[in-house]
Amino acid sequence: MTLKSMLIGCLVMFAVTYITKAAGLLLVRKKITNKYVQSFLYYIPYSVLAVMVFPGILFSTASLWSGIAGTAVALVLSYFKRGLLVVSVSSIAAVFVAEQLIQLFA
Amino acid sequence: MKFANGLKDGISIALGYISVAFAYAITAVSAGFPAWFPILVSLTNFTGTGQFAGTNLIAAGAGLLELFTTMLIINIRYTLMSVSLSQKMGAGFPLWQRAILSFGVTDENYAVAMASPKKLTFPYLMGLMSCSFAGWVGGTALGAVLGDILPASLLSALGIALFAMFVAIIIPASRDDGKVLLLVALSTAASCLFYFTPVLNRLSDGWVIIICSVVCTAVVAFLFPRKESGEETTPAENAAAQEKEEDK
Repeated sequence: MTLKSMLIGCLVMFAVTYITKAAGLLLVRKKITNKYVQSFLYYIPYSVLAVMVFPGILFSTASLWSGIAGTAVALVLSYFKRGLLVVSVSSIAAVFVAEQLIQLFA
Repeated sequence: MKFANGLKDGISIALGYISVAFAYAITAVSAGFPAWFPILVSLTNFTGTGQFAGTNLIAAGAGLLELFTTMLIINIRYTLMSVSLSQKMGAGFPLWQRAILSFGVTDENYAVAMASPKKLTFPYLMGLMSCSFAGWVGGTALGAVLGDILPASLLSALGIALFAMFVAIIIPASRDDGKVLLLVALSTAASCLFYFTPVLNRLSDGWVIIICSVVCTAVVAFLFPRKESGEETTPAENAAAQEKEEDK
């Protein structure tokens, strides 16, 4: 890795990332009136998030069991509509405790 | 919706980002990059998966075309998000504000902005994005400079932070709206199919996200188009409104 390859590489990464992010905000400024397109844009965040979360969340920690523990806590708390921060921190705590227990008994 | 509201909503994102960016910086430095490189990339890119992939490619000496194509495939979902965010923002944003806000479109900022119960304003979005950006760059700098000071057990636990936050966005909405529940179930099934099936699981994350979300959302939007927008509050808005109440 030379200094040149790092700088040019970073520039390419920046250009592609910025263009993909800006395309929609800069080019699609009018209100879309078609009800199918509107519904599509309303629904799509939930789908994108679901695809990103499942099943990846189960494998996001050091062991599958702690991943399951964290997922379960996140699912239960969010079903009862706790806030983002509460769900996130509780889930982290669940993973941490589960991994300590695993180490203790393994 | 003031700058301060945005800052507050950005805190949980920033917390998640610190751990992810920390991991990114450690990966980059252990691949042989000087400490300033991951920090420069985080300052100019502000995207998780893309940075991991791009930095690995540069380390492997890949050509610029390969770097360009990989980044495009991983990041093309942002275009989808930015079209949808543009619709939620409405017409009141001049071009220069859009140009600045574009930089801050990430999976998490997008998700929180879309779930916001009130009309989006420039100060609010700036607060949200600068808070999470501070977490992103700060986490990268910490990882690059401090390396492996954090115990592995804590790093592992932090790995679930962003996923848990997404769960907190999709589950309340699914509880309130059967169509969203159906969409989430379909999307999860599709994602698992690509994750566990041989051959299909060789597809990159970027493509899996695009294919699954576009197909599943198109099916649900076609079968259950929503009535006139603005008539009813959306499930996400209800959930977010409830959250606001609980905060008080």
